[in-house]
Amino acid sequence: MPCGLFHIKYKTDERIFKTIWSRSWLIVFVLFLLILPLLAKDYILYVTNTIFIFTVGAIGLSILTGFTGQISIGHGAFVAVGAYASAILTNKLGLPFWVALPIAGFIAAFIGMIFGIPSLRIKGLYLAIATLAAQVIIEYTIVHWEGLTNGVAGMYVPSPSLFGFVFDNDKKFYYLLLGFALAAVVSGRNLFRTRVGRAFIAIRDRDISAELIGVNIFRYKLLAFSISSFYAGVAGSLWGYYTNIISPEHFTIVLSIDYLAMIIVGGLGSIIGTVFGVIFMILIPELLTTVGILLKSTFGDITTLISAIKGLVFGVTIILFLIFEPDGLSEIWRRTRDYWKLWPFSFR
Amino acid sequence: MASILQVNNIEVVYKDVILVLKGMSLEVEEGKIVTILGNNGAGKTTTLKAISGILKSEDGEVTAGSIEFYGERIDKKYSEEIVRMGIFQVMEGRRVVEDMTAEENLLAGAHTQLNRKKRKEDLEMVYHFFPRLTERRKVMAGYISGGEQQMLVLGRALMSRPKLLLLDEPSMGLSPLLVGEIFEIIKKINMEQNVSILLVEQNARLALSVAYHGYVMENGRIVLDDTVEKLMGNADVKEFYLGLSEVGKAKNYRDVKHYKRRKRWLT
Amino acid sequence: MGENSAFFAQLFLTGLVLGSVYALVALGFVLIYKATSILNFAQGELLMFGAYVCLALIVALRIPFFWAFFLTLASSFILAVLLERVILRPMIGEHTISVIMMTIALSMALKSLIQIAWGTETRVFPQIFSEEPIRFFGLFIAEIHIYSLIFAIICVALFALFFKFSAAGIAMRVTAFDQQIAQSLGINIKRIFALSWAISAIVSAIGGIILGNINGINNALATMGLKVFPCVILGGLDSILGAIVGGFFIGILENLAGGYLDPVFGGGAKDVVPFIFLLVVLMIKPYGLFGKKKIERL
Repeated sequence: MPCGLFHIKYKTDERIFKTIWSRSWLIVFVLFLLILPLLAKDYILYVTNTIFIFTVGAIGLSILTGFTGQISIGHGAFVAVGAYASAILTNKLGLPFWVALPIAGFIAAFIGMIFGIPSLRIKGLYLAIATLAAQVIIEYTIVHWEGLTNGVAGMYVPSPSLFGFVFDNDKKFYYLLLGFALAAVVSGRNLFRTRVGRAFIAIRDRDISAELIGVNIFRYKLLAFSISSFYAGVAGSLWGYYTNIISPEHFTIVLSIDYLAMIIVGGLGSIIGTVFGVIFMILIPELLTTVGILLKSTFGDITTLISAIKGLVFGVTIILFLIFEPDGLSEIWRRTRDYWKLWPFSFR
Repeated sequence: MASILQVNNIEVVYKDVILVLKGMSLEVEEGKIVTILGNNGAGKTTTLKAISGILKSEDGEVTAGSIEFYGERIDKKYSEEIVRMGIFQVMEGRRVVEDMTAEENLLAGAHTQLNRKKRKEDLEMVYHFFPRLTERRKVMAGYISGGEQQMLVLGRALMSRPKLLLLDEPSMGLSPLLVGEIFEIIKKINMEQNVSILLVEQNARLALSVAYHGYVMENGRIVLDDTVEKLMGNADVKEFYLGLSEVGKAKNYRDVKHYKRRKRWLT
Repeated sequence: MGENSAFFAQLFLTGLVLGSVYALVALGFVLIYKATSILNFAQGELLMFGAYVCLALIVALRIPFFWAFFLTLASSFILAVLLERVILRPMIGEHTISVIMMTIALSMALKSLIQIAWGTETRVFPQIFSEEPIRFFGLFIAEIHIYSLIFAIICVALFALFFKFSAAGIAMRVTAFDQQIAQSLGINIKRIFALSWAISAIVSAIGGIILGNINGINNALATMGLKVFPCVILGGLDSILGAIVGGFFIGILENLAGGYLDPVFGGGAKDVVPFIFLLVVLMIKPYGLFGKKKIERL
């Protein structure tokens, strides 16, 4: 039983997954994900697909807020930009999915970078408020620039096709989205092995000191905003292709709050925490809806009540997490893992 | 002389796992200056925080032993009560409230003084001790110099009319001239206001020059406890805290590189 | 008075009244920020709470407005102290973003609770104030508008004096700056927190009652919680005076924008213009008109 990790080569020290155990479990998990569609119903696949899409977006926010320390309440807006950009590119310019998606991501990255410009002058709470303004302004633009976005009526997005293969049901989308989610997780984790990632963490911890050691904080902050918005844009774009219809009401400030909740409940500063957070925050409302459907026979149509209760449960869950486990699910995971690593000689 | 503060064999633990003070005791007699010496990490600041109650805000607690002030147990009390009883800690690092003016900082120190008129009198008293603050009274505390900030925090402490002052490294980061000035004022406060002082200092020579009794701490324990005269004569203290080894002789380089002397106390 | 300037003046006047409510809410917000360094995203919900409770007291329990008003304030006080004790006190010393998230979660929970209790349709206060518009230099103003203005101004003056000169005010400022310093001075910071939340809730409740009387009560009251940001950014997050000035300014700005820009852009201008303005202020003068620059020394 190991009592620590002792690396003797740089190569092993730099690895993302450092122990044989973590690598093996990861492979097992991925294999499980690969065969899931053969075992599960469409509804479960729908939930999993939603988790995949939100993972991409949440990792973006995690990079910005968890690792670079820039609080953003406007993430939902950048998801919207990506969604609408790819919808417009597909509908009005006829671009295929595999071209429209990355371009939409870059457009979102660009807009994100612009709204990150205030980070030159302000930080912390003030920056959070600026991102709030970004959310409101972008939302307004989407609703009112009807020539471009169809306003409140929303836009139709055709299902994506790749070399003649059309993704039009949950099963087909599953593997595509799984790929994106895995790419997001691995690229997110990998980012923090690189120079850029270390600069981000330095900015989060003490930006004045980072500047003193030569990190160009303005450039890196803008980079953090763009990278994060790129992920958001991709997530939005995927969402559009998956649900085929997008409208402004999908992208309100509630979405931004959802994303924030995911990364905080999951644990700031941890990619795997973000994944946990996404899973947790998506499963709870789904469970509630299922409960609502089950209770329909007893209580009649309580959908409005259920949606109010969803809001209440959402709020209360976050409050409980923040009071009792402020470091999030990743901390619970770490404790459990450490406990079992040294079992039966664990401390406490 | 009666001792007003008694720390009895306390153990202090941070975050339920980190043991910092491993059974230490000390006493402060009324009207005297007592100093605690030791290098970084010995637990000196933790001792002060345990006495003043601020420990709780850092997730620390006194898990064994007791602290008594004028016979009353204070180790379980909150800091707001302890300040009202007459103990005031001046934390290390010149912690002024930067957004307020110097005078507002002083008034904040008088929080426990409910009588308005007395507050004005106390302000005058502080300005008498620290004339330099009179000129800077309307300036933002964040912008005054380090020395003035140190004076400000000392003055703020005085506003609460303490019976026991806990001073944490008042000399840190100040120029030698200023340090001398401040220590003169500390002596004056002790004599004129009959305030007992528990002084934590890394500058051992300076601390021993004003104190009556001294404690040396290492690794969470007291290793030496004596009057200042005896401490200054103690060869171990001279070597390790006062830098006075082989005074008058040329220092043997070999001795410096191959360190011979071992401390007589075991930790 | 020419028609154009009458239009402007009317917008200005109504904006002034709206602004007085914003000023009150912004005041509550800044109070909490000053004492606890928390951005209270649930300010709008505190407003809603006040409005709904007052309505319930008047309609369901048939208590006359005068008493209902004070009972509402008392219940807001209790709610605030409860919230502070149960939910916000454990947040002392936590990360900024956790605290922000806490108030956001609180706002969602409160909003849902109110929705469960009172549903989503718009409710209307029974007529308490005279509906007859009073002519004022050729412009129209309702009785409630006058009351709201006067009340806001009084609150404002009281708070300014409180913070600058009273011992409790100074204690709040120290606590806002650094809780450990406050503790070392013998300040009971738990009481300070509770006090700031209580006053903030009371002030918001008043704002809610006023707005409820003017516009009716529904979920939209909660968006006030977001509107408060442009006001406090303009004024400076930690300045009472700034909150008031900011409140009035945004109220007027919003009304003027609505009046002049809505025909051009098809509506909604009054919701977005304050936020564009917010961004501009953040770029030019991030600490607002009266806020204090954070002194950061390494």
